[in-house]
Amino acid sequence: MAEHCARLWLKDQVDLTLVGRDASRIERVAADLKVRSPGSVIRAVESEFLDPARIRDTVGLIASEGAVDVVLIAHGSLPVQENCQQDLAACREALEVNGISPVLFAEAFAAQMAKQSRGTLALIGSVAGDRGRKSNYVYGAAKGLVTRYAQGLQHRFAGSGVRVVLIKPGPTDTPMTAHLKSQGARMAPVESVAQQIVAAVEAGKATTYVPGKWAAIMMVIRHLPGFVFNKMNI
Amino acid sequence: MRPVSSWGRLSAELHEVVVLQDPKRAATQIACGLAGIAYGNGRSYGDVCLNPNGILWQTRGLDHFIAFDPETGLLQCEAGVLLRDIQRLVIPRGWMLPVTPGTQLITVGGAIANDVHGKNHHALGSFGDHVRRLQLARTDGELIECGPDLKPDWFDATVGGLGLTGVIVHAEIQLRRVPGPWLETETVPYTSLEEFFALADGSEAGWEHTVSWIDCLAGETGRGLFMRGNTALANDRTAPQGRKLTMPLVPPVSLVNRLSLRPFNLAYFQLKKRQTGRTLAHYESFFYPLDNLLEWNRMYGPKGFYQYQSVVPREVGQDATAAMLREISRSGEGSFLAVLKTFGERQPRGMLSFPRPGVTLALDFPNRGEQSHKLFERLDAIVREASGRLYPAKDARMPRELFEAGYPRLQEFLRYRDPGISSALSRRLMGY
Repeated sequence: MAEHCARLWLKDQVDLTLVGRDASRIERVAADLKVRSPGSVIRAVESEFLDPARIRDTVGLIASEGAVDVVLIAHGSLPVQENCQQDLAACREALEVNGISPVLFAEAFAAQMAKQSRGTLALIGSVAGDRGRKSNYVYGAAKGLVTRYAQGLQHRFAGSGVRVVLIKPGPTDTPMTAHLKSQGARMAPVESVAQQIVAAVEAGKATTYVPGKWAAIMMVIRHLPGFVFNKMNI
Repeated sequence: MRPVSSWGRLSAELHEVVVLQDPKRAATQIACGLAGIAYGNGRSYGDVCLNPNGILWQTRGLDHFIAFDPETGLLQCEAGVLLRDIQRLVIPRGWMLPVTPGTQLITVGGAIANDVHGKNHHALGSFGDHVRRLQLARTDGELIECGPDLKPDWFDATVGGLGLTGVIVHAEIQLRRVPGPWLETETVPYTSLEEFFALADGSEAGWEHTVSWIDCLAGETGRGLFMRGNTALANDRTAPQGRKLTMPLVPPVSLVNRLSLRPFNLAYFQLKKRQTGRTLAHYESFFYPLDNLLEWNRMYGPKGFYQYQSVVPREVGQDATAAMLREISRSGEGSFLAVLKTFGERQPRGMLSFPRPGVTLALDFPNRGEQSHKLFERLDAIVREASGRLYPAKDARMPRELFEAGYPRLQEFLRYRDPGISSALSRRLMGY
């Protein structure tokens, strides 16, 4: 998802730093973006995703190159709910990768943006974070954490030049969901989801559902009374 | 498992879809012990990309560019990159794919594996003629780098090799220089095959791109519109808005049928005849007129459609084409999507490449079951008699002996097959 956003941002000449866990994978993405936008400056930085010291250093390194205009925190991994129920280690990993890690990165960048008094900090939440469902609640809980965190950050930066943008995609056709797609699930194309993310970041809107129809669907789901909701197989 | 169709929508059998996302892991992913076949963007018409109840290796995740040198026009990219993305990347920088088929919504891997051709075959050959290097992952874990000057035998087996020699992971393509996205084009109506061939021959020297729409129901005399084009410099033009329409649903019966086809073709010819002459066309509308109507293949209804594309040698080309048109016209089958074009005097690179010197006729036919098959058999007889061949990328039904007769290098090719790769087409035409 982040990669497709980067492809869109690179239509202009930009200064972009990619952060990832696997050096060879981010270098592959960086090479691709470099071909698409030879005039842009593209760096690839390998980092650890849960180590507070490494995260602080990574963000410090990026900030030392100059002011940060836009940050998009988009990493995540969709766990199999059943595995999380049977294996607490899997459960913890899902919570850490999708909840704690994005928050640690956001907090490190928030400190930087507070210093700059400007910038846009965008986080990818999920429609799964809006209400816990039996089919996906561990991932949903982690994304719910991101949602509540973003809300707090928005409160903190209200009235300042820093904007905090939370994006909640519905099921999207990305590497993360490849196994669902092969089972025939319907997914939004990642290109159009990325387009809407880029637009939401540009607009600085507090919360955006992509595709937009999920705002209405989740409004209903959130407000269903328990006795109805609990009968649903979702 | 999920249902997967090819462009012809003739079947929707279950497949185990494995998404390839990392070129470094591709070789491991395909070495799973069960036979599979690479599936790109699903634009081939028949069963060349299908493997019912087996594995499909989806390559669209391999969609990264690797390097592009704007001085030499050499582009390296992964095999799942769409031709559309290449064109959009390089045309603003003064380069273009030298060969492109009638849709840009196909992957580089598919373009190589089917050694696709375009309207400029007489000038620049087929897609494989411009590939400098490719990497092939085999199901035994081996990675083979090959090109016209490196393991050329592997290269010639893989270009046009229908995905059967391994999974193409990445490739290097030599682009060609262009002044911009525009083409100087001309449309000339013709009312007989003699006229068509005179136009085709007369255009070879002065025009890079030649193609013609033919009214498949006008009978053996042949009636159509000959289109030709050259890349052109036109600075002050703005590109047309890429307005896309989608065929919203599958109609219960084919919209192309006996009632609609004859009047449509007549009206189209009469209308276009009045709009002939020279115009400046954007490359997308000249090369890819159908790409703006997304999912147009739905118009043939729930049973899908066949495409029948043959090539016959030039010496017998006019007679064979006339004979095929006679059969088609008599049957009343067909579609307004019908193309007649000549190929240039060049031998193809690949052992199983389709293009060869001669004349090629391509027609869609809504699937009408037994009736369609009877017509195809009559057309087969003409192609066989003319020592011609059919295009596997379009095929879902040719008899094995016609394939064997049409592709004399088949035995040589078989030595390069990957035993862990099999498609519905390979089982139908090669036994496994």
